[in-house]
Amino acid sequence: MKRFAALLERLALTPSRNGKLRLLVDYFGQTPDPDRGLGLAAITRDLDLRTVKPALLRELVSERIDAELFALSYDYVGDLAETIALIWEPLGPPLDPALSDVVAQLNGAGRAGAGAEMARLLDGLGTSERYALVKLATGGLRVGVSARLAKQALADFGGFYVAEIEELWHGLQPPYRQVFAWAEGRADKPVQAALAPFRPVMLASALDEAVLAKLEPGDFLAEWKWDGIRVQATAEGTERRLYSRTGDDISGAFPDVIAHMAFEGALDGELLVRRASDGQIGAFADLQQRLNRKTVSKAMMARFPAFIRAYDLLEAGGENLRPLPFAERRARLVPFMTGLPAERFDVSPLIDFAHWEELAALRAAPPDPVIEGVMLKRRDSTYVPGRPKGPWFKWKRDPHVIDAVLMYAQRGHGKRSSFYSDYTFGVWNGEGQLVPVGKAYFGFTDEELRQIDKFVRDNTVERFGPVRSVRAEPEFGLVLEVAFEGLNRSKRHKSGVAMRFPRISRLRWDKPSAEADRLETLEAMLPPA
Amino acid sequence: MTPDALLHPRPEGLYCPAGDFHIDPVRPVARALITHGHADHARAGHGAVMATRRTLDVMAIRYGAGFAGSTQVPEGVVEVNGVRVSFHPAGHVLGSAQIRVEKDGVSVVAAGDYKRLADPTAEVFEPVRGTVFITEATFGLPVFRHPNPQAEIGKLLTSLTRFPERAHMVGVYALGKAQRVIRLIRDAGYDAPLYIHGALKKLCDYYEGEGIALGPLLPATSDAEPKDFAGRIVLAPPSAFAAKWGQRFPDPLICFASGWMQVRARARQRGVELPLVISDHCDWGELTDTITELDPEEVWVTHGREEALVRWCALNQRAARPLHLVGYEDEAEE
Repeated sequence: MKRFAALLERLALTPSRNGKLRLLVDYFGQTPDPDRGLGLAAITRDLDLRTVKPALLRELVSERIDAELFALSYDYVGDLAETIALIWEPLGPPLDPALSDVVAQLNGAGRAGAGAEMARLLDGLGTSERYALVKLATGGLRVGVSARLAKQALADFGGFYVAEIEELWHGLQPPYRQVFAWAEGRADKPVQAALAPFRPVMLASALDEAVLAKLEPGDFLAEWKWDGIRVQATAEGTERRLYSRTGDDISGAFPDVIAHMAFEGALDGELLVRRASDGQIGAFADLQQRLNRKTVSKAMMARFPAFIRAYDLLEAGGENLRPLPFAERRARLVPFMTGLPAERFDVSPLIDFAHWEELAALRAAPPDPVIEGVMLKRRDSTYVPGRPKGPWFKWKRDPHVIDAVLMYAQRGHGKRSSFYSDYTFGVWNGEGQLVPVGKAYFGFTDEELRQIDKFVRDNTVERFGPVRSVRAEPEFGLVLEVAFEGLNRSKRHKSGVAMRFPRISRLRWDKPSAEADRLETLEAMLPPA
Repeated sequence: MTPDALLHPRPEGLYCPAGDFHIDPVRPVARALITHGHADHARAGHGAVMATRRTLDVMAIRYGAGFAGSTQVPEGVVEVNGVRVSFHPAGHVLGSAQIRVEKDGVSVVAAGDYKRLADPTAEVFEPVRGTVFITEATFGLPVFRHPNPQAEIGKLLTSLTRFPERAHMVGVYALGKAQRVIRLIRDAGYDAPLYIHGALKKLCDYYEGEGIALGPLLPATSDAEPKDFAGRIVLAPPSAFAAKWGQRFPDPLICFASGWMQVRARARQRGVELPLVISDHCDWGELTDTITELDPEEVWVTHGREEALVRWCALNQRAARPLHLVGYEDEAEE
């Protein structure tokens, strides 16, 4: 438990990906089984733990400390779990339980005994461990580490590809003894045991238009690139699962799709939603309403029914199709889809083209607003996990670009901790005021970062903690050219718009601030309401 | 005479009408008694200043020799206009003192900032009895329980071996915290040179001169190559990390030694990757234990979270009230 608590403590405050990976790799190396596997499962949210309600914890605390003192403390600290961890005075003998002991004790305590068990543990643990315990027990472990990153760390630890872990993952159970044994060279790679496992996906690289001339159009198949999310729909026997492209099981959020997966095999495709109001394919913002949920309401499913636009077939009736060329897999995909309800499953159509110029023209004027470009896949490409260079390309539409004025800057983390590196920018509204429309923290070179940093320091108007507001007036200000992928309506932002994937594409030292773009320009780019 | 008549708050600071002096005044006054050298307690420009020799030394280092019209080091009990005044170690930083004020059988002990935890870089706190005990409440909430500082330094040294390519930048205030952290690092067996920001040098030299060994300290100057700082400990005032000064270090890992680091949100807000919970102040347990030990007739609670400590006193049948003094930095130097 001590090691796990220390790990959480460091992870929560370590901003860099590499730093997090290293802390996790260390933890795996220094912690014996089964604790390291339970710690991993806690982070990937695969740990089966009976949780306790915050109300129970409040009740426990109220037996120990005056309500007013607790209220003052909670008000100051701002986080219930942390307040409890800090305020709890350990009255019992010091305990140094293994994480596995804690998990077993919480699971074994039963509903009635949970309170007493928590109190006993809190009484014996140190501050960090109490915090970890409360976070674990309330199911609120947020340490800024995705399941994917934890799996990457496991792959780093064992010296294998993360795709290998992802492929196995759904057949594995905490504490993952076989995987750690494999990682340490004490055992062979575990055999996939689960039904409907995830197959690590093949990714496309961005097309460099300069290489286009060297490519032979006849070698490629083209299809639209839809602005949804990449999913894998896998059904085997009684098991049906929907995976995100990183192998996270998102079945719970899409029972409407799962219900119609009456097939044996694995489809690769784009998850999209339809707008019940007008029958059109929903924009990404509509799809977003249905993402990141454990469950979904009937009303939401009726408003935004989900469907899969399939583009590849990885497995059919127990046969692994991944070694076949793409053209052959496509040929198998079409008949595979015929029995499925068309409102839930359809095939991503191929684009007919003879020359790159022709395709470029089609790409510039796509038939649906939810298209964000075209995909090019070599006819002969086999399906290999990862992002191999050459067989698949994504050729996105040119990004939108606007000129905005720098309004606020915030200090960065890690390597950038002394630099103002996170920028909020705005455009002019009808009343001649700047309204913030987005925030970007990349797209510039180190040298440009230094220049902006200096500008921020030299032109600070106000400070709010790590944030500075900078001079931004019609006569004076720094204009940033901002590129972004799309625009949505937003109630959260004062400007009413929210950008997708904004980044700084150029610094316009030359451009007068008054000539930056206006809100009307952005509003005109919004999809129809 | 009531304790209130002996000592009460005024905009300039705590004032004793009978003795016509202020304690830790925040504006220039004719006669000031000063508990310790932190900038919000010890200001320049008073007429006469009474403080421990070390506090006067610190003020001279910070403000120059002419920081006051005249200075006096109190020896034993001193009479000031008929008020009996004495200074007693507070354990906060080197030279820090509590000030006891007495007249007509009524006495008030103004503890200033203090701590009870053993610290080789400060004198040991002396329990002093009085009718009234004025306590600070910087960490006056039951969530503050300072851990063993040696264990906190252990975290720093562990991180150094884990991230040997990163410069470990430890935020420390120049008076007290810097020297205490250095001493703790030495006591943990780390004897390589430590790199210090220019703002720490004079006070580190002063501590050395007072017999507190700090080991080899080198300037963290711009002559050195950035890579020279990889895997090294650099100490500087926290404000320096945000300034341009902080930009030259390789992939800096920001640490901050402060009692505030107990609260995660505080660490996150400041961009601290490695919080070191090391404080110059009492934690909740030390505060409440001290009040119990001294058992004064009344407790006055000042700068910090007065409300909670006053509430604790009420729960424990002790007379207490908040003393609203203005001008002390609530959370800055500690």
